[in-house]
Amino acid sequence: MTATTTQPPAPPRPPGHRRRPARGRPGGSLRRMRQATPLTYFALILTFVLSVFPLWWMFVVATRTTTAASQFPPVLVPGGNFLNNVGRLFENTSANFMTGMMNSIIASTTVAVSVVFFCSLAGFALAKLRFKGRAFFTVAVVITMAVPVQIGLVPLLILMDWIGWRGELPAVIVPFMVSGFGVFMMRQYVLQTIPDDLMEAARIDGCSTFRIYWSVVLPALRPAMVVLGLLTFMQTWNEFIWALAVLTPENPTVQFSIQQLNQSAFARDFALMFTGATFATLPLLIIFFVFGRQLVGRIMEGAIKA
Amino acid sequence: MTSVQHGAPPSPSRGADGTGTRPPDPRERARARRSQMLSRLDIRTSPYLFIAPFFLLFGVFGLFPLLYTVWVSLHDWSLIGGNEGFAGLDNYVRLVGDEKFWNALYNTLGIFVIAVIPQLLLALLLADTLNRRIRFANVFRMTLILPYITSIAALAIVFSTVFGGEQFGLINQMLTAIGLDPIAWRGDRYWSWTAIAVMIDWRWTGYNALIYLAAMQSIPKDVYEAADLDGASRMRQFVQITIPLLRPTIIFTVIISTIGQMQLFTEPTIFAASLGYAGGNQGQFQTVMMLVFQETFNYQNFGYAAAVSWVLFLLVVFMGLINVWLTSRIRGAQ
Repeated sequence: MTATTTQPPAPPRPPGHRRRPARGRPGGSLRRMRQATPLTYFALILTFVLSVFPLWWMFVVATRTTTAASQFPPVLVPGGNFLNNVGRLFENTSANFMTGMMNSIIASTTVAVSVVFFCSLAGFALAKLRFKGRAFFTVAVVITMAVPVQIGLVPLLILMDWIGWRGELPAVIVPFMVSGFGVFMMRQYVLQTIPDDLMEAARIDGCSTFRIYWSVVLPALRPAMVVLGLLTFMQTWNEFIWALAVLTPENPTVQFSIQQLNQSAFARDFALMFTGATFATLPLLIIFFVFGRQLVGRIMEGAIKA
Repeated sequence: MTSVQHGAPPSPSRGADGTGTRPPDPRERARARRSQMLSRLDIRTSPYLFIAPFFLLFGVFGLFPLLYTVWVSLHDWSLIGGNEGFAGLDNYVRLVGDEKFWNALYNTLGIFVIAVIPQLLLALLLADTLNRRIRFANVFRMTLILPYITSIAALAIVFSTVFGGEQFGLINQMLTAIGLDPIAWRGDRYWSWTAIAVMIDWRWTGYNALIYLAAMQSIPKDVYEAADLDGASRMRQFVQITIPLLRPTIIFTVIISTIGQMQLFTEPTIFAASLGYAGGNQGQFQTVMMLVFQETFNYQNFGYAAAVSWVLFLLVVFMGLINVWLTSRIRGAQ
């Protein structure tokens, strides 16, 4: 949820700008950049270690037995108990981990696809179509981004009771199917990438408005759509508060499921908890390794315009 | 969710055949006129159809619950009984006199302060460190957002273990190993805040550093060259050039952190483990959002939970406005 508000509401740059050589590489006009000192590298390596250690340790404990979590100095080499832990995790009756994984995959994918579709559609309309109230609706979208809607938790629960979705998967999908941030991001991107001439040409060729969206706008939007889709997927995968409020332990998301293990009042099984935590992090790590650079670029681009 | 998708896309084939060739026979002319009419209808209604899904869904699942919070907060309302009658401002009167509410607010603001100040300072230093010619710049930048992309709940579990009790936690074992006393991470209010603040900072410092780095790179280099000529030290340049020029960005990150941290929930809830929403045996680290959950689910007190939510909402808006006011004052001064 928070990631919606954490992204600076600023437009992406046109694709041409992105391919600038990365700063920090020697050469060109960047020669004037300050030199790194040994202290620089010490600070950076320390940051690297502090960032990676909790994740690595999480995985290592997941491959060992529960006592590994309380060993000092901390264990740093994976053990041979991973498959055993995975087996126990999926059989654990209080976690319903398999259901949780499936629910999270379905919810995150559905929400990501739907956000990309609806937001690009609305962003396109707000950027390129002429209609009464366009300015008003654009401002309204910006305002929705600033509203912390999760505070309406209690009435949303009551609403879910009315609809009959309490404890059901749609409850964690439908409320997230659109996002003001997404609409705004798409609007900015359309403004910068789609020339009016292209629209006119398509119009003269007899394209309907939806056809223009589908055949002209969508292909041009692909880079922005990928970033929005990934951010949305990660955010939905990570969502915890609302899932905890509306779902049940029998039908959880993966984050809810690991909280079930964490909450058990008896001796807590750290190896089991950490195995669950590893699974809850895995898809995010995969996205990070494949698309990390794009995400870095996106955050940095947003910052300049902020 | 398919039902929602239905209304959105108008038929793609509409008007596709209305190209401009002039048909001689009347039947074709009628068809051309019809397609023209359709195309005009398409131009007029499509924009609204395209934005409708966003506004409908936001209205139902965003705006309505937010406003309905006020209504619920004016009633006695329970999970099982539903609406049990108008209560006027009773819930708010109770809130003002409720020690638990003030305690939760104190915790939320306290954790916010001890988390955000070191976080933003560290982020500034890190950004300055990265704003140089370094090898593997991309690797280090990626490292910065690695914590940001991980699962909050999973890492809260890991950190809760690191900050575990006497025989379990890594940090306490380290302290014991070097001859210090172990720390009661959950028992003591301020130590529990520290542990939660560490979780928050681990996640957000790099993200903010990346934002600062981007802003630093947009500062023209000749500003620093002029300062070099004047003999200003690096430290002085950082304090007198970099930080003032970064002020809008810094305020932006403060706003974002404020909105997020006022609703702090996941880290302390997981940190509390089996104590759930109570936030420690005496509520040492129960945040406002945890109090909302406790009233909702442990006491089935929807009306009161809604009142607490609404006050929290007003607080977030209020703090946002203060930030905006500060920003505009600073922009005006520049």
